[in-house]
Amino acid sequence: MAEQYLPALVTFCLAGGLVATFAVLGKLLGPQRSTPLKGDAFECGNPPSGSARERFPVRFYLTAILFIVFDVEVVFLYPWAVVFRQLGWFGFAEMLVFVAVLAIALLYVWKKGALEWE
Amino acid sequence: MWVEIGIAAIKTGAILGVVMALAGVFGWFERKVSAYMQDRVGANRCSVFGFAGAGLINTIMADPLKFATKEDFVPAGVDRLLHTLAPCVNFFPVLVAFAAIPFGDVLEAGGRSINLQAVPLNVGVLYILAMVSLSVYGVVLGGWASNNRFSLLGGIRGSAQMISYELAMGLSIVAMVMTYGTLDLQTMVRAQGHLIGGWLPAWGVLYQPLAFLLFLTAGMAETKRSPFDLPEGESELVAGYFIEFSGVKYLMFFMTDFIEVAVVAGLLTTMFFGGWQVPYLMRDGFHFPLGVTVALPHLLVVALQIVSFLLKVVFFGWLQCLIRWTLPRIRYDQLMGLGWKGLLPVSLANVLATAVVILAWQA
Repeated sequence: MAEQYLPALVTFCLAGGLVATFAVLGKLLGPQRSTPLKGDAFECGNPPSGSARERFPVRFYLTAILFIVFDVEVVFLYPWAVVFRQLGWFGFAEMLVFVAVLAIALLYVWKKGALEWE
Repeated sequence: MWVEIGIAAIKTGAILGVVMALAGVFGWFERKVSAYMQDRVGANRCSVFGFAGAGLINTIMADPLKFATKEDFVPAGVDRLLHTLAPCVNFFPVLVAFAAIPFGDVLEAGGRSINLQAVPLNVGVLYILAMVSLSVYGVVLGGWASNNRFSLLGGIRGSAQMISYELAMGLSIVAMVMTYGTLDLQTMVRAQGHLIGGWLPAWGVLYQPLAFLLFLTAGMAETKRSPFDLPEGESELVAGYFIEFSGVKYLMFFMTDFIEVAVVAGLLTTMFFGGWQVPYLMRDGFHFPLGVTVALPHLLVVALQIVSFLLKVVFFGWLQCLIRWTLPRIRYDQLMGLGWKGLLPVSLANVLATAVVILAWQA
């Protein structure tokens, strides 16, 4: 059972080696001539207008929370999708109720305006 | 056991090499396709021993060498570890995601039957989706580690866009999983070798055309390619969340873009267009509909399957480049509206309709 993940481990090691090679290559091959001007943030020529660690809109947090809710729904749809033929109409009706509850939630979120102006 | 590891290492090495080559080819398409669509010639000056390859040498050799030898400066006030980690976290998952895509049937060699898939998992689809989800971390890290408020905004917007379209992608894949009844990609491709009515190859797009369109749209939005590339915003934010990365780090972000094109093209090929299947080609040769049979040696069959897979992946990469250079960029609120109010309900409806049709047909 666990042996089928052995090629995945080999792939992770090989890809990790490739990525590490890239990361080290940059440090080795490029020149290192740092000046204070190179350290400034890039704002198309203007001097940097303050720290980057300020507030940003909370709407992104809302999008992330909505994503979690619907992603959990998608995760529950996957096992049903694999075996739904054996479960027949009864399983479909149960899953329909589940998706309907979440569809009503999506409709509520839509009408409340949480999906606007993103 | 060491033989198993050795075979896995050879398959993985081959697939990673093919992925890097595909990334180079798609970069070349990007420049040449855009050039000819805009009625110009594009890059064609770099040459090796007089062979210029119509810009291929430029993209595959000159560009990576240039990126590798540029100075890798780090802006002031950033966390150096995060700054180095961000492109790596972006690059690694897409490499390992492509490894799960089957590129051939079985290869009978040395008394063994080698499944031509670098990572043969029976949950292949979930593994690929998980890896694609991991690359969201790279975007957020890239934006945060840059100490530049425009980078941060670009990174946050990019990650919000990616997670919104992941839902539509996941749901269109659910429809395909329902059609084939399995999560294993190799089983899905083998199931597409059947012939409907004795003559039509049973490719996925015939069963789920809506899922194909949904997956194409969601895949292009997930990988932040035009017309959905506002987080990158080439003409506005210069480069969005990867402004402050130079040299090899920028090369890694850049290659991630093209390898994601390859992953989306690979998934489209595998689930909707038969993967490595050549129409009418079985394991011992061609079996045409009217009873005509052409027997072929095993190695030739395997070679035909691999070439077929590569041609289809290259075609879908070309299609994505074509779409990029045709459509204008859509605005961010239109983009999120499309993801949440358009693709998500349509893909949910597609899943339920598929279930009804399959259950009704089974009865």
